[in-house]
Amino acid sequence: MKYNHRLLLKGNEAAVYGALLAGCDCYFGYPITPASEIAQAAALLFPKLNRTFVQAESEIGAINMVIGASSVGHRCMTASSGLGISLKQEGVSYLAGYEIPAVILDITRGGPGLGNIGPEQADYFQVVKGGGHGSYCNFVFTPNSVQEMCDMTVEAFRISEKYRMTAYVMADGVIGQMMESVELPEPATDVYDPEWKLGRYVDGKANIITSLYMEHDDLEAHNEKLQRKYREVEAKEQSCETYRTDDAELVIVAYGICSRIGRGAVDQLRAEGIKAGLLRPRLVWPFPVDALRKIVSDGNAKALMSLEMSAGQMIEDIKLAVECKLPVFLCNRMGGNVPGGDEVCAAAKKIMKELSK
Amino acid sequence: MSDKVKFGRSKVFFDPFERRPGPIKKNMHYCPGCGHGILHKLIAEAVGESGIQDKTIIISPVGCSVFVYYYFNMGSISVPHGRAPAVATGASRANPENFVISYQGDGDLAAIGFNEFIQAANRGEKISVFFVNNSNYGMTGGQMAPTTLPGQITTTSPYGRNPETDGFPTKVCEIINQLEAPVYIERVALTSTANILKAKKAVAKAIENLRERKGFSLVEVLSPCPINLKMSADQVNKFIDEKMTQFFPLGCIRDRSAATPAGNLPPAIIRDPEAVKSMLLPGVSENSGAADASKFEIFQKERRVKICGFGGQGVLSLGLNLANMGRLSKLNVSWMPSYGPEQRGGAASCAVIVSSGAISSPMVDRDCDLLVAMTQTGLNKFRHVLGKNGILVYDRSAMKPPVVEATQKVFGLDALAIANSVGNPKCANSAIIGALSKILRENGFSEAEEQAFDAAYQDAITENFAAKPAVLKQNLEAFAAGKKAALA
Repeated sequence: MKYNHRLLLKGNEAAVYGALLAGCDCYFGYPITPASEIAQAAALLFPKLNRTFVQAESEIGAINMVIGASSVGHRCMTASSGLGISLKQEGVSYLAGYEIPAVILDITRGGPGLGNIGPEQADYFQVVKGGGHGSYCNFVFTPNSVQEMCDMTVEAFRISEKYRMTAYVMADGVIGQMMESVELPEPATDVYDPEWKLGRYVDGKANIITSLYMEHDDLEAHNEKLQRKYREVEAKEQSCETYRTDDAELVIVAYGICSRIGRGAVDQLRAEGIKAGLLRPRLVWPFPVDALRKIVSDGNAKALMSLEMSAGQMIEDIKLAVECKLPVFLCNRMGGNVPGGDEVCAAAKKIMKELSK
Repeated sequence: MSDKVKFGRSKVFFDPFERRPGPIKKNMHYCPGCGHGILHKLIAEAVGESGIQDKTIIISPVGCSVFVYYYFNMGSISVPHGRAPAVATGASRANPENFVISYQGDGDLAAIGFNEFIQAANRGEKISVFFVNNSNYGMTGGQMAPTTLPGQITTTSPYGRNPETDGFPTKVCEIINQLEAPVYIERVALTSTANILKAKKAVAKAIENLRERKGFSLVEVLSPCPINLKMSADQVNKFIDEKMTQFFPLGCIRDRSAATPAGNLPPAIIRDPEAVKSMLLPGVSENSGAADASKFEIFQKERRVKICGFGGQGVLSLGLNLANMGRLSKLNVSWMPSYGPEQRGGAASCAVIVSSGAISSPMVDRDCDLLVAMTQTGLNKFRHVLGKNGILVYDRSAMKPPVVEATQKVFGLDALAIANSVGNPKCANSAIIGALSKILRENGFSEAEEQAFDAAYQDAITENFAAKPAVLKQNLEAFAAGKKAALA
């Protein structure tokens, strides 16, 4: 039998297909707009493969079910939006302390508070900077298409297991809600059976998982170990896409839907004689520091512009990366408004005009 | 690993407690007179006798028993405060061969984690919960608990628990007894040899239910905490027997163990790649007529469509049909709805982009090639997005002929009337797509492109209504009628 791998799916649905094809056994989640299609698709599809779907009583319940399923050595995931991610942060901090893998989808919406259900990218701080208590990091994939919602979910499982860390797939409501044609990958055939899982005995002693280190020196050593791992990840796993940056005088930095608007704006600006380019982080942690520093050292860029649907959150990481060697401007919308190509171009032109003074 | 221990240490315990840091490896960390050690022993013995040690996972809560994993040689995870029943749910659902014990104190279970607890009970998770009620928060130094008695002095109720402001003690077993799912609920005490023997039986029953996967079992254990209650061992036992049991009467509250059949393991997870694909992916149709449109001149640039109207008119599904036609013709497509409360009854719109190359932004806020307006309000809102050489198609029954710029083209269609003529008002979409076939043929489509468009429609609608041949037929008729009407 031949199967059609090419489907028309919402971003949210594509992530569920990606998870199942990556070998995810369990989904635990609580419905929230604009992420609800994830729970709905999971409720429909997981049982077809005799896999587990549980509608958790709360976001807190869901992340702790993930802890339970991951601790016994099964691929599992949860999904939510900003408000729900706020509630999950306790569990995410524990996951970091335990050093066990987990995949979380965050389909971001407007905040603070109840905000609205429009697309914002204002979860950057709470997801990229850890979010819960303690010094820890999470992988954060930032898909900009429905295809990537699927592919990056697959990648999130792999990298999360490799480093025993939480991997987020963080997409704005536009990417979650839009439909595109998707080419689905082949199902995973590997056997996932981690040696650290609960239920396994090593030399007659049962495995245990804890984040508790009562001796100060022990906890410090644990933290140092985690930090060494994070530095290794930063050195090895940065990933971004550049578009027409080679001779660009203005480089737009954008992820998610903003990166697609930014790409259109680059073409429009080039047509008007402005040398613009785009740097699109595929992950925002680890942040593509090396690529940004290369843009600085190449010497063509006169400025960077962070294009975001927040009050300016990623811009802080851009500034840290370029170490004051280039001016960094912000072009943003909030409240669920998506920046239009025209306004991005206008902002870019204004920056170039000011710089030429 | 089954063994019956009458004297000495259960083999379910480590001997010595090598995971306990510091020099003391022979004893537990609990205070003199504390009940945790007794309950640990009862659990270890019951697990040993039931022979499930190697598959049992015991969850360490936050509280005095946070170090459960120092003592039991069983899989163990120390979890966030109060969340043990949720973690237990995940561990037990992910691997139903596991036997999962949630061991919790009264702050953990009855205060900060009450929701996780009651929800797991209500779902009838196949876990056993041991709930240690010692009427105070032991680990943090004897603060008020949900189970603290009225008038009882603790470090955060220095004037005594005041029911007017602090409420009355939480009767966990009685609350859980209101739920349908739990199999076994019993309250015991660790105050005398007789009571400890009763507790031993209750613990054994909860472990047996676990082994047989019968469902949710709860054993509440009234447990002495002489240090924080500032009492001698005798005094604290007297306090439990005489004072605590007034609020927390001992005994079996529900036992459906005998009447509940042993649970079965669920069917194995499907992992075989071919089986996975057969469940997730549609089969490739043998007689697909859609052409590869990616080489067509017209799709060498993005073709941008906006559809607007009223929720319920099929605005979103018209867009979906076009997007599916593009997908089946091997083009890249995007479909972007306006989403939110407005989609339930108010204005609705969606954007569709079709291209052989990559699609930039899925939004259509300018340079629109084709605008389909099904209401006047929709047209008013979106007419500015229509590009200089764009085509406007409107529902003639909904509005007067709109005026467009000289370079733009406008076509009216009575889509609803056509749909009604085939007997299904929901076929207006197909009538519009039929009309589009002809309109686009007159505005840029080659003959081959027109044929490919029609074939793609046929494939898309067949895929959509494969299970409803009557509806499929109506749609095909509406398409033909729409095409004919556009000719007129």
